[in-house]
Amino acid sequence: MSQLQEVSVDQYRHLVSERALTGETMLLNMGPQHPSTHGVLRLLLELDGETVISCIPDIGFLHTGVEKNMEAKTYQKAEVMTDRLDYMNTMGNNLAYVMAVEKLVDLDVPVRAQALRVILSELQRIASHLVWLGTSGLDLAAMSMFLYCFREREQILDIFELVSGQRMMTTYFRPGGVWRDVPVEFEKAVRDFIKIFPRRIDEYETLLTKNPLFLDRMLGIGKLEAATALSHSVTGPMLRASGVNWDLRKARPYMGYEQYDFNVPVHTEGDTYARYLVRVQELRESLKIVEQALNKLPLGPVRSDNRKFVPPPRSEIGTSMEALIHHFKLWTEGFPAPKASIYSAVESPRGELGVFLEGDGGPKPYRVHMRTPSFDNLSPISKMVKGHLVADLVAILASTDIVLGDIDR
Amino acid sequence: MEAKLEPIVKTLQAKFGGSFEEFRGEVHYFIQPAQIVEALTLLRDQHQFELLSAQTAVDYWPQTSPRFHVIYQLSSLAQNITLQLRVPVNGDSPTVPTATGVFDSANWRERELLDMFGIQFEGHPDPRRILMPEDSDGHPLRKDYPLGYEEPQFTFNFEDIDLRKPYAKE
Repeated sequence: MSQLQEVSVDQYRHLVSERALTGETMLLNMGPQHPSTHGVLRLLLELDGETVISCIPDIGFLHTGVEKNMEAKTYQKAEVMTDRLDYMNTMGNNLAYVMAVEKLVDLDVPVRAQALRVILSELQRIASHLVWLGTSGLDLAAMSMFLYCFREREQILDIFELVSGQRMMTTYFRPGGVWRDVPVEFEKAVRDFIKIFPRRIDEYETLLTKNPLFLDRMLGIGKLEAATALSHSVTGPMLRASGVNWDLRKARPYMGYEQYDFNVPVHTEGDTYARYLVRVQELRESLKIVEQALNKLPLGPVRSDNRKFVPPPRSEIGTSMEALIHHFKLWTEGFPAPKASIYSAVESPRGELGVFLEGDGGPKPYRVHMRTPSFDNLSPISKMVKGHLVADLVAILASTDIVLGDIDR
Repeated sequence: MEAKLEPIVKTLQAKFGGSFEEFRGEVHYFIQPAQIVEALTLLRDQHQFELLSAQTAVDYWPQTSPRFHVIYQLSSLAQNITLQLRVPVNGDSPTVPTATGVFDSANWRERELLDMFGIQFEGHPDPRRILMPEDSDGHPLRKDYPLGYEEPQFTFNFEDIDLRKPYAKE
């Protein structure tokens, strides 16, 4: 492993054109350390002048063996691994995982916890889209977008810090509810955000949506047909930009999403600009959900009182022997889950985030598979960039909104 | 079982035999490796299962026949239902026909299964490792592959451990 390996083009013979073998076209390595690959992604490009003939993605630089690690931890402890997959969507990853655990052991979640989960995961969606908007603006030389977007994202991360103590690796949702109730300052912090944010979206749109330079770079670039997208299992905003109206929040509502009134933006062009429009419109829709959920945030407990799965409150441990036993058992052994498997999915900012969870009757998962949306969303990249310029490849890659932690796991 | 799924499962049973399990409203249908491509094509073309949501595997080592289950999680957008196909595979030279002809997403997913479980997919157009380095040994998600750990180095044993540590020494 310590020696440099020499590889020949023969290894990629089946992936590049005949002209690459004679040296007529050039093979160029882009990444893994390249600012516009949004992480550690390596693309092997075959170029004819500046035109991309073929593109061979090479992933795995951020592979950390999360799935294997989770098999060695109890159900509660494995949750912290999920934050580290898609680090732009930590709340959403927690949600997908705890929902899978709840489905496997058949655990109910109180309504207040459900509403809090909705508010926080929609704020997370906004934060994630802001990072996408900022960085893809940066890739297309709109430097100020990056600064504006990160200013608003900071406000959301402050809310996360307020509720969970952490800005990014929150682990705030727990099987059976949330870690603890939100502090009193929470409502004001979210209301402040709801108040300023619509104006800020208008600001972004004035800068980009009708900007001729931006349109030149986006319109008609990187087309993805609906049939290709489905065959590649592309989901989320990318699929909706190709004209397929599919959103798990509408199709299979979870956590009470059916109570909220929101639209699912769909565009049919399937190009980079359509993907931009879908995500920018989703910012407004997510804000609508946050506002509605906050307006009717119910009072009540935030954790299930099923003591076989959820630890008792701290106050009870000093006075009740049973509470102490439950606490001790849950944190030393964990809870057992049935010998069965389930698949549960949520709509993450990038698409269908699914968790395949198999139990073996013991306190540790026998197998966890995270079906991460970025993995499939990247796979049609070689079809999308064919025939475009290298500069367009940057725009197309930005519009897929991948997170390498999500791809490599 | 959901009402919309019942006729589909009946069609599968009439055509392929095989059994199914149900848990929390999900249907897991067991099918032989040789029939999987036909079954996926039938489900995609006749029953509108357009989306291969996930493709993964489970290792039941030390059990050897079957040692693996290859799992195909299908979603139908039009009917809003899901169905899971499970293919039991034996431990010695596990081989399944590739599904890349039916779903393009199977290409990367099968490379991942080859990498992580060492399951071969017959007829795969690009059978290379995907996540692990090309020169790595073994298949990490197999149950007989130990979860690695690093020996902590202290001042008194720093050099002893350094000598047997498997990393670049230059």
